[in-house]
Amino acid sequence: MLYDIKLIITYNYAAPSMQARNVLRVLPLNRSGEQRRITGEVSFDPKPQERVDWTDFFGNAMTEIAFVQPLTKLTVQVQSRVERIAQAPQLDLSPTRPRLAQELADMPGLDADSPHHFLAPSPRVGFDGAITQFVGGILREGGTVLAAMRDVGRALHQEMRFDSKATDVNTPPAESFRNRHGVCQDFSHVMIAGLRAHGIPAGYVSGFLRTEPPEGQPRLEGADAMHAWVRVWCGAEVGWIEYDPTNDLMVGADHVVVAVGRDYSDVAPVKGAVRSSGGQKSRHTVDMVPLPG
Amino acid sequence: MEAASTTENDAIAALIRGYGIPAGVSDEMIGADGQLRPVWRPFLQRFAKLSAEDIARRFDRGDRYLRDAGVFYRQYREADSTERDWPLSHVPVLIDEKEWTQISAGLRQRADLLEMVARDLYGPGNLVRNGMLPTELVAGNPAWLRPMVGIEPSSGHFLNFVAFELGRNPDGSWFVLGDRTEAPSGAGFALENRVATMRTFSDPFPHGTIYRLAEFFRDFRDAMQAGRSGPDTRAAILTAGIGTETYFEHAYIARYLGLMLLEGEDLVVEQGRTMVRTVSGNKPVSVLWRRMDAAFTDPLELNDKSQIGTPGLVSSIRSGHLSMFNALGTGVLQTRAFLAFLPRIARELQGQPLMLPNIATWWCGSPKERAYVQAHSDRMTIGDALAQDLPFEVDNGTVIAGRFPDGSTANIAELLAAQGPALVGQEAVSLSTTPVHEDGRLVPRPVMLRVFAARTAQGWSIMPGGYARIGPRGDATALSLRSGGSVADVWIVADRNVPTDHVTKTESQFQRARPSMLPSRAADNLYWMGRYVERAEGLIRLARAYHMRLAEAGVPDDLRVARIAKYLESSGVDLDTAVPREILGHIQHAIRCAAKVRDRFSIDGWIALRSLEEEIADARAPLPGDEAARALGLMLRGTAAFGGLVHDNMYRFVGWRFLSLGRALERAQAMTRLLADFAAPNAPEGSFDIAIEVGDSVMTHRRRYLIQTNRNTVIDLLALDHRNPRSVRYQVSTARRLVAELPDADVNGELSELARAILRVETRLAVADPATLDTDKLLSMSRSIGRVSDMLTRTYLT
Repeated sequence: MLYDIKLIITYNYAAPSMQARNVLRVLPLNRSGEQRRITGEVSFDPKPQERVDWTDFFGNAMTEIAFVQPLTKLTVQVQSRVERIAQAPQLDLSPTRPRLAQELADMPGLDADSPHHFLAPSPRVGFDGAITQFVGGILREGGTVLAAMRDVGRALHQEMRFDSKATDVNTPPAESFRNRHGVCQDFSHVMIAGLRAHGIPAGYVSGFLRTEPPEGQPRLEGADAMHAWVRVWCGAEVGWIEYDPTNDLMVGADHVVVAVGRDYSDVAPVKGAVRSSGGQKSRHTVDMVPLPG
Repeated sequence: MEAASTTENDAIAALIRGYGIPAGVSDEMIGADGQLRPVWRPFLQRFAKLSAEDIARRFDRGDRYLRDAGVFYRQYREADSTERDWPLSHVPVLIDEKEWTQISAGLRQRADLLEMVARDLYGPGNLVRNGMLPTELVAGNPAWLRPMVGIEPSSGHFLNFVAFELGRNPDGSWFVLGDRTEAPSGAGFALENRVATMRTFSDPFPHGTIYRLAEFFRDFRDAMQAGRSGPDTRAAILTAGIGTETYFEHAYIARYLGLMLLEGEDLVVEQGRTMVRTVSGNKPVSVLWRRMDAAFTDPLELNDKSQIGTPGLVSSIRSGHLSMFNALGTGVLQTRAFLAFLPRIARELQGQPLMLPNIATWWCGSPKERAYVQAHSDRMTIGDALAQDLPFEVDNGTVIAGRFPDGSTANIAELLAAQGPALVGQEAVSLSTTPVHEDGRLVPRPVMLRVFAARTAQGWSIMPGGYARIGPRGDATALSLRSGGSVADVWIVADRNVPTDHVTKTESQFQRARPSMLPSRAADNLYWMGRYVERAEGLIRLARAYHMRLAEAGVPDDLRVARIAKYLESSGVDLDTAVPREILGHIQHAIRCAAKVRDRFSIDGWIALRSLEEEIADARAPLPGDEAARALGLMLRGTAAFGGLVHDNMYRFVGWRFLSLGRALERAQAMTRLLADFAAPNAPEGSFDIAIEVGDSVMTHRRRYLIQTNRNTVIDLLALDHRNPRSVRYQVSTARRLVAELPDADVNGELSELARAILRVETRLAVADPATLDTDKLLSMSRSIGRVSDMLTRTYLT
């Protein structure tokens, strides 16, 4: 599937901000066999005095920008064309959990795609007794990891209510789970916390969702902004599989990946340090249109 | 060896009689053979001759040094922090140079090993891939910083300054209890302990055989200077700021080494370069001796919740413009579980076993080790595998010999089965004892040494000495140190005088240091310290005038009393207490500012402020009237003492100018406001006298004017007189001269905007006439002075 994706983020600062420095992760990822970035460009208005582009530990594209002069408004525009290669329907070749533990032990290493990065608590996703217990009640003895992923994802989707007002970007998973509500970030963090607590490597994915669904299908939550979902390591044979707990579905050709990490803190689209006395307002629009053919 | 006479031997024997070393541990003073270790003899010979009074006097001398130097021990509790006296145990720990040589060799090997491990963990990752280190101890370790992976430090090294915690086994050998590779503290305290201990044991105690510490620090400073990327860049110390336990030490060591002490907000990254924001603009820094935890140094790429970091710092390191001593991420090396693997890694990477073994440690992630720990749990401490703490720093989840710290019994089998990979077992180790002087005699107490290693041009240099921590009475296990105790100096003693050539040679050369740069934040604190002390003084004067009138009139509804009360209230001062609370508030603000510039502010000035604070806090609600006026008068002496120190003793660095500017502008502005009120044409009778009195100019007025006080004489004396230090004109002129000496006051022969603004105010005062300087004009002048302050802040302080 081929997409043209346009992301626009605008910031308005109440008081002119001084010496702003930001790191952005907004460009779709290139991942062989899954996704190909054909073109991609991040541009800014006004133009920053400094700009450096590179890739982070997990291979995500990063752009660091800095402004010396005071800013009152900043517009970020990302324009890219991406080919998303739909995942073939999976035969469940994933191992059981005890077998998964053995596979993990057999593959020591610190490379960026090693599942070992996604097992321990991370800055935004700690272990929480209630989540661990809830997920423990869903996992079946002798079940495969892939099945565990679907079961847990579905259960959370049923258990938690989508509510775009109830949480913010800093809400810990324990809290959003306790209140059984949240947005894509919360659904994903809770699912990650639950899987990791049971020894299943789980990571966080940020990305885009096609704006208008294919004919006859409902419009999905999260299509009008940047979206987030979960990736799970389903053993050496199957590898990483993505799942969208907010919409309760296996990720396929309708999702385009921007960045992967342990949790939101690794992939936040814009990290920023703005020295400003006033507040800021931001607006953020996404348009992801499939190309004919 | 000096031949000891029989009487001397008797005296020593008397001194150590009853020195009861606990069974099964070794002692620093008494060897395994039960005999005095020879290295102690010259010291004890002299010590034995001292009378109880001599000893008390000497100990007191050491303590006084520490107090005067402002060395306190900060304790942080949940709600507040308190300072208590530095717990120096005056008797040093003496170690024979020959033994030290071996220890040093072992530490050099260990430092090299840690460097290799860091290089691998932030580079190829072979140790994990080849099974030398379990993956989860790195991948799941918050101290392993992913953004630093793949970055080669521009200094060529990950480690530059490390510390080791050492203990002595019952068999007399030394071992390592923990490695400190993040941002080790204590070297500055070791220096302070040295000075205090040398003062305690001055002549006739022999000093020539003791290794000095100065060379170690100088070599490290030279290494920092040499590590700079160019001669136009600086080396500095990066501190987490006043909130950290060891801030005092950071300030001390910055002063000792003559380096800038910087916080995250002092720095800004520009085009990859790290710059200090100074009053003379942004200046490059290329080496930072890091005294804060790495995760907090850059909110953009590391902990995004950090409020004390510098956005872009990692980027600056990545681009090769900044060297961090130690590199960011080296804290991972002090992970407790690593101690289980370092011995094998040493054999693998260095081809030899560790010369100095470390505390026996078992990672409970593998079945064999887990079984061992379970079988021997009665002689183990079981705790968090990823802990960064030392073995004696236990949390509530730690199991000691089968029990939690609260006394409850742990189900070891269950614990290990459930959380194995998250746990390590460590052997319950014994420490040696060292003599402490208590109740007139020497008694043995458990001791642990922190020893420092610095990378210099000649390789790893081990500080000949250290920071000894001494446990309270009781068993000699490492755990005894957790209940606090004392600290002591460590003397490395040779059997001959040690060479000091190197020291004297460099010290005899005359060399002026480069003028230091003043970070804007430091200047801002100095400026506000000046303002707050002056604000307090002004308020004290007003409050005193109020109480003097009250004493005179006897009733608070006297017109003049009410007038001052109204003025005070209109400026937000509460007269509920005879000594307004705001006075203490202002002084505390001043102290907070001073605390942030301890490295640039004299110890005497600091002590003056602290005693003023104490005096104000202690003034137990005096009765209104006479008694209060007297108490306030005493406080004025305190502010005068501070002013005297600042103006007579402080070197005229740029910082002094900001401090003085704060005082001048505050005083000028306060006086314009006071005159606008008390010298108003409709002011009640006696108001002019109040103004003169608050302006401390009663005598001058009497001498200068042949007539009674009237509005013109008041305005003339307190606003326009350029010889009266209380007048607006005098202070504005002072400020104008100070501004003229600030960086960039003169741009291509033209006055800066700020210099012009202050000159304008001065000119208005110079040409004014008392009769026409009415209330409106005074208030407008007050606003102009306020604008000058804003402009100053914009230009230099932000």
